Amino acid sequence: MEDEQSFSDICGGRLALQRRYYSPSCREFCLSCPRLSLRSLTAVTCTVWLAAYGLFTLCENSMILSAAIFITLLGLLGYLHFVKIDQETLLIIDSLGIQMTSSYASGKESTTFIEMGKVKDVVINEAIYMKVIYYLCILLKDPVEPHGISQVVPVFQSTKPRLDCLIEVYRSCQEILAHQKAASASP
Amino acid sequence: MVVKAFFPTCCASADSGLLVGRWVPEQSSAVVLAVVHFPFIPIQVKELLAQVHQAGRVGLAVLGTWCHRRQEAEERLGPFLEGLGAIFSHEPWLQLCRERTSGLWSCKATRQQGPTRPGVKDQVMLVFYDQRQVLLSQLHPPAALPDRQAGDATASAEGLAAVFDTVARSEALFRSDCFDEGPVRLSHWQSEGVEASILAELAKRASGPVCLLLACLLSLISAARTCRVFKLRPLSFIWSKLSVCGQLGHRLEQLALVFSTQKAESPAQLMRKANVLVSVLLDVALGLALLSWLHGKDRIGQLAEALVPVADHVAEALQHLLQWLMGAPAGLKMNRALDQVLGRFFLYHLHLWISYVHLLSPFIEHILWHVGLSACLGLTVALSTLSDIIALLTFHIYCFYVYGARLYCLKICGLSSLWRLFRGKKWNVLRQRVDSCSYDLDQLFIGTLLFTVLLFLLPTTALYYLVFTLLRLLVVAVQGLIHLLVDLVNSLPLYSLGLRLCRPYRLAAGVKFRVLEHEAGRPLRLLMQINPLPYGRVVHAYRLPSCGCHPTHSWGSLCRKLFFGELIYPWRQRGDKQD
Repeated sequence: MEDEQSFSDICGGRLALQRRYYSPSCREFCLSCPRLSLRSLTAVTCTVWLAAYGLFTLCENSMILSAAIFITLLGLLGYLHFVKIDQETLLIIDSLGIQMTSSYASGKESTTFIEMGKVKDVVINEAIYMKVIYYLCILLKDPVEPHGISQVVPVFQSTKPRLDCLIEVYRSCQEILAHQKAASASP
Repeated sequence: MVVKAFFPTCCASADSGLLVGRWVPEQSSAVVLAVVHFPFIPIQVKELLAQVHQAGRVGLAVLGTWCHRRQEAEERLGPFLEGLGAIFSHEPWLQLCRERTSGLWSCKATRQQGPTRPGVKDQVMLVFYDQRQVLLSQLHPPAALPDRQAGDATASAEGLAAVFDTVARSEALFRSDCFDEGPVRLSHWQSEGVEASILAELAKRASGPVCLLLACLLSLISAARTCRVFKLRPLSFIWSKLSVCGQLGHRLEQLALVFSTQKAESPAQLMRKANVLVSVLLDVALGLALLSWLHGKDRIGQLAEALVPVADHVAEALQHLLQWLMGAPAGLKMNRALDQVLGRFFLYHLHLWISYVHLLSPFIEHILWHVGLSACLGLTVALSTLSDIIALLTFHIYCFYVYGARLYCLKICGLSSLWRLFRGKKWNVLRQRVDSCSYDLDQLFIGTLLFTVLLFLLPTTALYYLVFTLLRLLVVAVQGLIHLLVDLVNSLPLYSLGLRLCRPYRLAAGVKFRVLEHEAGRPLRLLMQINPLPYGRVVHAYRLPSCGCHPTHSWGSLCRKLFFGELIYPWRQRGDKQD
């Protein structure tokens, strides 16, 4: 079952949330950011090249122009491969675990999988960062202390959706976690 | 309760048969390792499982049946397969089925006993995994597994590490292939033919005697080194000062580790050996390249010709500096007498140094040629030699620094002690603290006079100290860069990085799942893939220990030492005695 809704992030940009319900025990949430805009790319490239041309007219050294082209290309590749995140996905599978994937604009995907045995709970936390923002995070169990929390893993760090989107995801996750807790409680 | 069935992708196209694997009750997951085909004799299947249990200490069992059928035919296989559940009883009994034409899967897991009604079905989730990759990969951080000898204690591996552990321990099951004429016909990742490589086998056979030979050679070399060094005092002193010797010793230790005749106990040790070997080979290759570059086109001659003028130039620059200090440097007014004494002393020292360099100049080319040959032992050795040559050529700067520092240190000590006298206090050596003390009038008079003299001579000494300390720090910085480069070549785990690049599944940080296409009413199918370790963590986990030439003091203590005029030895090893 697939579902798409549009939300906004904390800066006001548009986000698209895609929900896929594969089965009662497996759900996927996919948040997509707006793509790299041609306007900003052109603006940055023009600024860099104009600055390089200005330096060239001062120094009369053509190496500056080649260096500017090189820097622009490398910078763009680096930005697409390491910085610009297109999509963030949260896959929650009952009795296996929770998986978070970030796909970059160049196609690279970075995945983290947390086993269900380590997950204590999924909560929405408040943070004060120039304004109050909300973020969804996964609490991990402490192996030493049964009621303690060893780590807080934030989810959707780059897309930063607002509270309404987070509530949707939170409700679905809690349904599955409740199911998991019921199953693990019974022998 | 959802039952997770880990199914190898290679068995998805196998014929119908029995599923053999391990059941992990804590996670209610069944790890399927192979499919046993018809016809088989149940006793022989049980014998095979017992053999594997003995070899790898992993409790295997028949988990259920696998049915790969065409739609119309083989309907009669159904009740036959169900009857097998009576022979090999297992809780829960898995029944996996796949249709050949449509590729649709169906799964059932039935329990006969238990708290719920008998014959109840559980939900099954299929997780496909690549058996070869899971077998060969290593999880980081490694799950704390008990000793193999400690009985059937495989249950302590948590979570998904249990799957990796099970596959790794069942290697004995994968040794037979379809060309073997054994009693039982299996389907697993090697059933098309056992993987082997001629080069690897030859290398394994040859490695035994080669290691023995090289280990003897290396032990001879280290024996020769230890017996000579402790005999002659000046030789051992020079040995400890030169960084080349440190580097050579380090390489010798590493080679002894690689060629030791003991087998590596853990995968980490094996990786370390491989890393050291690749690092040494790369080092030697780069060194030989440098050697060929140096000895071609008479570059050594050019270098030797350029060396003496450069030394002269540096000496001239130092002379100008001293003349400047003897005048009015930066407009500061120096004490003329002390200034002249110190300046003349350093100028004479410089003159002596230049004479020595000129004396050596006809032999420099030969020395450089022979020292250049040391590059064949490795690039790191060549770089260490370069660092030592720089140290030797700037020896006069080091001497100036020592003189200036000692003078300054004496002055500071005198000043602090006379300052205490000026205030009527004294340092109590017994109690290690400052105590008040009543001095006589003549003691106070002379003390104050000396204090004033030292105080007004302080700027001159301080300026000389400052200038020579800066020069010394510059030389130390250059040497430091070279040492950093040597450290880099020494400690970079090249084999691990190459493995991460070419065979990323070998170094696993974890797993990742992908949901395969799903139809309503069919079981959920996931594909489990290996999540490779990021490059930063590879370097962190497998970096080789370097020479240990890191500075032992922090920035704070360095500044303190500079202020009080104590000598700094940046390359002092931890175990060395103070000079």
